[in-house]
Amino acid sequence: MIEALSYGFIQHALIAGVLVSLASGIIGSLIVVNRMVFLAGGIAHASYGGIGMAVFLGLPIFIGASLFAVAAALLVSVLTLKKRERIDTFIGLIWAVGMAIGVILIDITPGYNVDMMSYLFGSILAVSSEDLYFMGALLGVIVAVMLFWYRDILAVSYDSEYAALRGVHVRFFYTLILILSALTVVIAIKVVGLILVIAMLTIPVYIAEKLSNSLAQMMLYSGLIATFFTLAGLAVSYAYNLTSGASIIVISAVGLGLFLLLHKRV
Amino acid sequence: MGVIDVTNVSFAYEKDLVLENISLTVEKEDFLAIIGPNGGGKSTFLKLILGILKPQKGTVRVLGKEPSKNLSQIGYVPQNTNVNTDFPIKVIEVVMMGHVGGTRPLFGYGQGEIGCAMGALAQVGMEAYADKKIGSLSGGQRQRVMIARALCAHPSILILDEPTASIDVAGQRDIYELLRALSKSVTIIVVSHDISVILEYANKAAHINKTLSYHDISNKEKTFPAHARGEHFCEVELLQMLGSKSGCDTSEPGNKWRTKP
Repeated sequence: MIEALSYGFIQHALIAGVLVSLASGIIGSLIVVNRMVFLAGGIAHASYGGIGMAVFLGLPIFIGASLFAVAAALLVSVLTLKKRERIDTFIGLIWAVGMAIGVILIDITPGYNVDMMSYLFGSILAVSSEDLYFMGALLGVIVAVMLFWYRDILAVSYDSEYAALRGVHVRFFYTLILILSALTVVIAIKVVGLILVIAMLTIPVYIAEKLSNSLAQMMLYSGLIATFFTLAGLAVSYAYNLTSGASIIVISAVGLGLFLLLHKRV
Repeated sequence: MGVIDVTNVSFAYEKDLVLENISLTVEKEDFLAIIGPNGGGKSTFLKLILGILKPQKGTVRVLGKEPSKNLSQIGYVPQNTNVNTDFPIKVIEVVMMGHVGGTRPLFGYGQGEIGCAMGALAQVGMEAYADKKIGSLSGGQRQRVMIARALCAHPSILILDEPTASIDVAGQRDIYELLRALSKSVTIIVVSHDISVILEYANKAAHINKTLSYHDISNKEKTFPAHARGEHFCEVELLQMLGSKSGCDTSEPGNKWRTKP
């Protein structure tokens, strides 16, 4: 397996795996503590519309998917503030309509016949240098936002009503969390695909939650656990010639099962 | 001018009038209990004082200014403190949420803020729990932490919404003893169904059911003669007494309120 490390595409895959794992550890923690898992799933699937748009217009996939996912996040943000009690309905709508738009745009793109499976289940072995820059930049932005606004984001996540009373701009931070979630989902699609994104954003976080006393600790642990699962999943995928995204998720699930068994006994 | 001045305030959600022409002045040394039936407008009244809602008629002033301009003067303890108990957050971090605006360091929390939060925790006897996860505390301990959070910004008014709703009897007494100690330096407003507060701890009572009737109960013997003689009366009777529109100072309250011959 060591000789595999000399291949450029394997090196790219490893770097991408680490970057995306750290980002999804931080953002996954926010998604879980804010009870936005279903919402993140909706945005992930809606971003398929962005992939379709990018293919149709000949744009880079990352740009199209990012624009579409951020637009979906903003739409969700507006709808949540106006009609909070109906938000599950709207998320379901965005989820399905986004995908439908993507499918149709790809249908009407002349001469296009690339396997769309790679977006549904990930294509970590086809990460380009540009992809890595995008992932690195996003991780940088996420870390900077967390350092700068940690206390506000913590306050909004823990008790938004009280935060509002203390003069924190709840709406701004809620929207910021959604936008960062949307962008993280887009880079995670490259690694595990949009169908499996949710598992990547929640399994490591669930384990980290049990081990952490604070949100910052939870983010750090989630990032490290996600990195471990991603690298282990890649190794398994390489050794047995399996789909990488699915391997990562199955390894994560096995890890979660083992953790729960051991954690109960302690 | 009182600490809080509410003048001729009316408020309606949509078209249903919830509060009608309410006036109330809260003085600095008051320990005010707000009672009344569910749906009578107690929470709406609190939201007006906190500046979450704006009155359609009349004015609310906190230390002479609009509530939203004087956020740091009001410490608030919300009703349900059992939400989000799985949240990975330390006690000290919850308390530091209480800081408002002002100077803050570029990253994280300042030494002054941490010291201030520890001071607030010491006031409620919880400083030993500063690094514990909030979810590992009991209901009563969590309520103390929420009070510390409200005290963190050194408010001159402390408002509590049903502070003992989910706490056992011994814990309730502890909370009220704490409030009594705090009331020496802070104005306290408590919304409660718990009649023992009114009898033992509060010196003013306001009954809200669309309209407001106000009572000075600092002299317990005069206000509750039956209680003073060791007789018992039930909650409903007490609410009726305090809810009567005639007010306290009308003729012979002793006769009117006596519940047993």
